[in-house]
Amino acid sequence: MLSKYDNEMRLEFLSKSANEAFARITVAAFASQLDPTIDEIADIKTAVSEAVTNCIIHAYEDTQGIIKLHCIIQDNSIIIEISDNGKGIEDVNIAKEPLYTSKPNLERSGMGFTIMESFMDKLSVESVLNLGTKVTMEKTIKKAKNILEEQENKCTTA
Amino acid sequence: MDVSYLKQDKLLIIKFTEEIDHHTTEKIRRRADYEIERYIPRKIIFDFDKVSFMDSAGIGLLLGRYKNATALGSKVELENVNKNIYKILKMSGITRLIQIKEKGCA
Repeated sequence: MLSKYDNEMRLEFLSKSANEAFARITVAAFASQLDPTIDEIADIKTAVSEAVTNCIIHAYEDTQGIIKLHCIIQDNSIIIEISDNGKGIEDVNIAKEPLYTSKPNLERSGMGFTIMESFMDKLSVESVLNLGTKVTMEKTIKKAKNILEEQENKCTTA
Repeated sequence: MDVSYLKQDKLLIIKFTEEIDHHTTEKIRRRADYEIERYIPRKIIFDFDKVSFMDSAGIGLLLGRYKNATALGSKVELENVNKNIYKILKMSGITRLIQIKEKGCA
C-alpha cells in the first residue's frame, strides 16, 4: 500500500476500558520513532487516554462498539485520529468547556478536552448526533537540537 | 494498592501501585473508601511513588476522596508525585485544595 505520509498505522479495538492503556501505549510506541522526550510522550499518552475514555464512557455508554485509531507521521509531527460510531456530541463547544461533564455522578472531572487541547498542539472535534465523533490531534516533536537552542536562549535572557 | 495504618498518628497511607485511568479508578475508589471509613484517620497520604501515569480520571478520583475525607474530618496529602502528573493536577486546580509533595522534593 502506498501512503502519502512518512508513516501511518490503523488500529481498531472494542470499547472496553482495559483498552485505554493498550491504546495509549500503542500510540506512544508508534510516536517513539520521532525521538520525542519523556515529557512529550507523557503528553501524547494522556491525550490519547482522554479521547479513548470519552469514546467508552460517552459515545458507547452501556453498549459496546468499535473505536478506530489512525496515526500519521509527517515530518516532525504526529497526527492522531480517534473515532467512534457512538451517539455523538450535541454541542461540541459546551463539551469542550473546562470542568463541563455530562456525567457528574461518575466523579468525572470534565477535564478531558481541556487536557487534549493543552497537551497537544492542535485539536479538532467533529461530531454528528447518532453517527459518531472524530477527534483529531496533532503534536510536533521538537528536535533535540532545537530544545538545546531553546535552553540556551532561556539562559541568555535570564 | 498497598495500605498501611499508623495507629498512634491516626495516619492512613495509601500507596497506589498501578497506572490511574478510568479502567483502574473503580477498584481504587472502592478500596480507598472502605479503608477511609474503617479507620477515620486524622490524615490520609496518597503515595504516588509507583504511579507512572494518571489521566483526568485520577482528578475525579482524588476530588471524590477529598470530599469524603473532609466530611469525616480527615486531611489529605499527596506524596511523590512525578512532574507529568503534577501538571495535570495543577491544571485542574486541585493543588489549591490538597497539599502535594513532588517526587524528589523534600
